[in-house]
Amino acid sequence: MNDLIRRNPVWTVVIALAAAVLLYFIVAPWSSGMEEVLGRKQIFLNAVFNGVTLGALYFLVASGFTLIFGLMKNVNLAHGSLYLLGGYLGYEVSEATGSWLFSFVVVFIAVALLGVVLQYTVFRRMEGEDLRQTLVTIGISIVLADIMLWLWGGSSYQILSPDWLRGPVELPLVAAVRGDDIYFLRYPSVRIAILVASIVLGILMWLALNRTRIGMLIRAGVDDRDMLAASGVRVQIIFMVVFAFGAGLAGVAGIVGGTFQSVVAGEDMRFLLASLVVVIVGGMGSILGAALGAVLIGLAEQLGSVYAPTYSVVFTFLIMAAVLAFRPQGLMGR
Amino acid sequence: MAVSDSPLQSEAETRRTLATRLNGWVQSIPIAYWVVGAIMLLMPLIANDFFLYQIFGWAFILGMIALSLMFLAGYGGMVSLAQMSIAALGGYMVAILGDSGATSISLGWPWWLNVPVAILVAAIFATLIGALAVRTEGIYTIMITLAFAAAFFYFTRQNYTIFNGYSGFGDVVPPRLFGVNWRDAIPFYYLTLGCATICYLAVIYVSRAPFGLALQGIRDNPRRMAALGFNVVAHRITAYTFAAVIAAIGGILLVWQNAQIAPGTAGLPAVIDILVIAIVGGIARPIGPFIGAFIYVLLRTFSPDVLQALSMAGDRYKLLIGLGFLVVVYWSPDGVLGLWDRWRARRRRRDPLVDKPEAS
Repeated sequence: MNDLIRRNPVWTVVIALAAAVLLYFIVAPWSSGMEEVLGRKQIFLNAVFNGVTLGALYFLVASGFTLIFGLMKNVNLAHGSLYLLGGYLGYEVSEATGSWLFSFVVVFIAVALLGVVLQYTVFRRMEGEDLRQTLVTIGISIVLADIMLWLWGGSSYQILSPDWLRGPVELPLVAAVRGDDIYFLRYPSVRIAILVASIVLGILMWLALNRTRIGMLIRAGVDDRDMLAASGVRVQIIFMVVFAFGAGLAGVAGIVGGTFQSVVAGEDMRFLLASLVVVIVGGMGSILGAALGAVLIGLAEQLGSVYAPTYSVVFTFLIMAAVLAFRPQGLMGR
Repeated sequence: MAVSDSPLQSEAETRRTLATRLNGWVQSIPIAYWVVGAIMLLMPLIANDFFLYQIFGWAFILGMIALSLMFLAGYGGMVSLAQMSIAALGGYMVAILGDSGATSISLGWPWWLNVPVAILVAAIFATLIGALAVRTEGIYTIMITLAFAAAFFYFTRQNYTIFNGYSGFGDVVPPRLFGVNWRDAIPFYYLTLGCATICYLAVIYVSRAPFGLALQGIRDNPRRMAALGFNVVAHRITAYTFAAVIAAIGGILLVWQNAQIAPGTAGLPAVIDILVIAIVGGIARPIGPFIGAFIYVLLRTFSPDVLQALSMAGDRYKLLIGLGFLVVVYWSPDGVLGLWDRWRARRRRRDPLVDKPEAS
């Protein structure tokens, strides 16, 4: 990090300034003059929070994708299908048992097992054949999408959050000042909970990667797979573990997405694309990059849809094109 | 005398050499090609209107769009999923610049102006995509072009001022040229057949021209080609531009066939269908995409009936297509053409005297 700052002093200042301005807009109460120019602060704050929580969801999906890609150099284009499958399974389990948290456990294990099957039957057999792997996963995603459409139909499902997460919480941020009254921002608590959970998960993943033995093996595998195998490590088992973890994470993200949006056919492609864009922007194989990219894309999408509804999608892809043009390996890529 | 004689003689001589050259050229083309060509030309005698318009017309169009992908993937080593979007942009441009049901947007240019401009716009768009996509390699190219295709889809769906948003454009019909309604089955069949043949020949010509050879060299070893003095990036971007022209022609014909275009034309399922067509047919040779398109159109048209006959839900054809694609890429990565080649290689290895496989 220090190294990065020393190498790009100008950009660091620009980014720090932008972050400071954003922070000021979020924390400070807006005067009536500002509200005239920029619209109501309530709307802005909601868009920012929606963007960050959407980013948290994108991070859950994309971190598994980027981990799998970084380690095994295979692009799993069926990742979105795993997400959607997780959503449907989560709906079934939480409807059957009535427990939201329990569905996370079941879905994580079920989708992780599917991931192991995929790794064992598909990727292990075509190691090093990028194009073939990609094509096979596209085929798998077509088949899975149609099977899911068959089983669950085209209607959308909403996963109900538990009682203790229902309703809004009041955040210590000024949303509006009307005369002498100060209104604080009220925001759905389930989204806040998910945001906190993803941050905790991100930190845990970072710790696991950087401070544990298995994390060390995974990082070694990212750098030089063959050398790791030659030094006596059972690479295939590590691959299996990482793939299972990444797939399970995508499944869990399906429940999260089903709770604060909905589970419906077609979401698989949407989230596959989101994770593609996130990892392209953030840099392949980097957890930190996935987090950065996810927040950027989430913010761009939500702020865009509030302030320029026609072009909200274009912002996302403009960010991607800009990153590709100036830093093809991604913001945090090596 | 000799002076006045020689021009006549030389004229006769050139005529004779021209005749022998033409003869040699005719003989150099395998007989199978003449047979296929004759069958294609005489198809309206045996096939009904539905087959000509819906099966063959559609297969030629999808084949052309997949051909542009085959050119990039087979000769350039770049799998671009944006080809359907480029084709759709060509189609959109014809609707926007020419006549359509959305009269407030369409400019109503004559066909001889809007068709070339549409192709040009698609080519420029593809060049821009190519300029960004060639910064990446292999699977990254797939991901980035997929992202561009998605961006195009969402943009056309949200933009109402140019692309007329969700509803798109209706009533986009080919011009009435020579007093022929080109949307009738037989004229449309010959129109698509002609365009497909021209594109096919163009791809073959380019693949043997210096540019195509250099492109194939770059596919095999970009560093060596760069060391030999070839501009690798420029060749790759030009390949995108050339492929875009073919895709745009296919896109314009697609709009004329359906008489409408909407964001769904370049939706993600359609984008992936083009990849499926090219891969199933085989991306080693330009004929592959057309074979793939023919198989795809047949499956798409008749599998609901077949599934219903087997007492299954008729809308499971996607499952069938997906499974077929999976089987092909799992066991024969080079598509149907690869299967055919291997079958012929095995045939050829048989001992002609005892008609048994050679012990080798």
